[in-house]
Amino acid sequence: MADTFEKVKEIIIDQLGVEEDQVTLNSSFVDDLGADSLDIVELVMALEEEFDMQIPDEEAEKIRTVGDAVKYINDHQ
Amino acid sequence: MIRTKLCDLLGIEYPILQGGMAWVSTAELVAAVSEAGGLGIIGSGQAPPEWLEEQVSKIRKITNKPFGVNVMLMSPYADQVMDIVIRERIPVVTTGAGNPGKYVAGLKEVGTKVIPVVPSVALAKRMERSGVDAIIAEGGESGGHVGEQNTMPLVPQVVDAVNIPVIAAGGIFDGRGLVAALALGAVGVQMGTRFMCASECVIHDNVKKVLLKAKDRDTVVTGRSTGHPVRVIKNKLAKRFEELEMLGTPPEELEKLGVGKLRAAMVDGDIEYGSVMAGQVCGMIKKIQPAKEIIEDIITGAEEVLKRLPGGGN
Repeated sequence: MADTFEKVKEIIIDQLGVEEDQVTLNSSFVDDLGADSLDIVELVMALEEEFDMQIPDEEAEKIRTVGDAVKYINDHQ
Repeated sequence: MIRTKLCDLLGIEYPILQGGMAWVSTAELVAAVSEAGGLGIIGSGQAPPEWLEEQVSKIRKITNKPFGVNVMLMSPYADQVMDIVIRERIPVVTTGAGNPGKYVAGLKEVGTKVIPVVPSVALAKRMERSGVDAIIAEGGESGGHVGEQNTMPLVPQVVDAVNIPVIAAGGIFDGRGLVAALALGAVGVQMGTRFMCASECVIHDNVKKVLLKAKDRDTVVTGRSTGHPVRVIKNKLAKRFEELEMLGTPPEELEKLGVGKLRAAMVDGDIEYGSVMAGQVCGMIKKIQPAKEIIEDIITGAEEVLKRLPGGGN
């Protein structure tokens, strides 16, 4: 879990240009990290690449917080 | 004769799509465009499913050529509208405001071609993976809801990123625009604004008059702070929006101000306080003419451009 979180955090910082301390498991991509829907698409694509997985659209829609992303990845690794 | 693989994919004569526009592209315009060899597309917006059924049967009385429906994925009726598209076996669906991934399998099963409108490379790649048939890459020159990318940089980047046909939209008005789009790697164009002044288009005459008068700088993008920016003709409503945005008005309140304003403009003709959505090409609209004439003008114009380009005719 901790490992996944660190990697996810790195990608989020890179993709969204946010500060490290802004990224917690509870941060919402839209409300806390200022992402719009297109940013989220890019982020999901970057996560897919990093973790070598495909996140279907219906699942991607449910990923709203950093914790959601980490949980999805851990559950599907 | 300008023919591309888009013509074969959709069974149309010319690679020209008439963009689906809510309250604007109704059966009359759609049928005229399709009958003239392009692809007319109904703008279903947030209309209830019964409205769409009526439109479809009207079109089928006028033409037996292919046509499409644009589905606004944020509409409360999106699911029901897709059900009708499948039941009626509408030849083509374009989608806006989201990701149509979950509908693709059902649509493809009945042979409907799925063509989402996308404003970014990442979304285009994702759409390709869902199995869509083509992509409309739409730049922010367009009217209505827009992305931040412009057509000139967006189209070639999308073309490079996907292996399915790409249609260019945003800022395209005539044969010059069509040839430019083909040069960027697109297989066709989608145009909305130009068709607003087609004789068959049912919008209020006040709006047509505004478009005929419009110049190059007469549109503006409002609503960036809401996350749903919209390109409209500058009028009192647009000014009010800009003022409120400067004052930091919460997005929910801004959204409320926008409710019903597109209809107010297009149907009731309120060009001061209605939302007159139109693209940057509105400055080029000089007359009201039948859809058939518009399409012929684009095609003959494109052929002339090709001839006079350096190396043309070789």
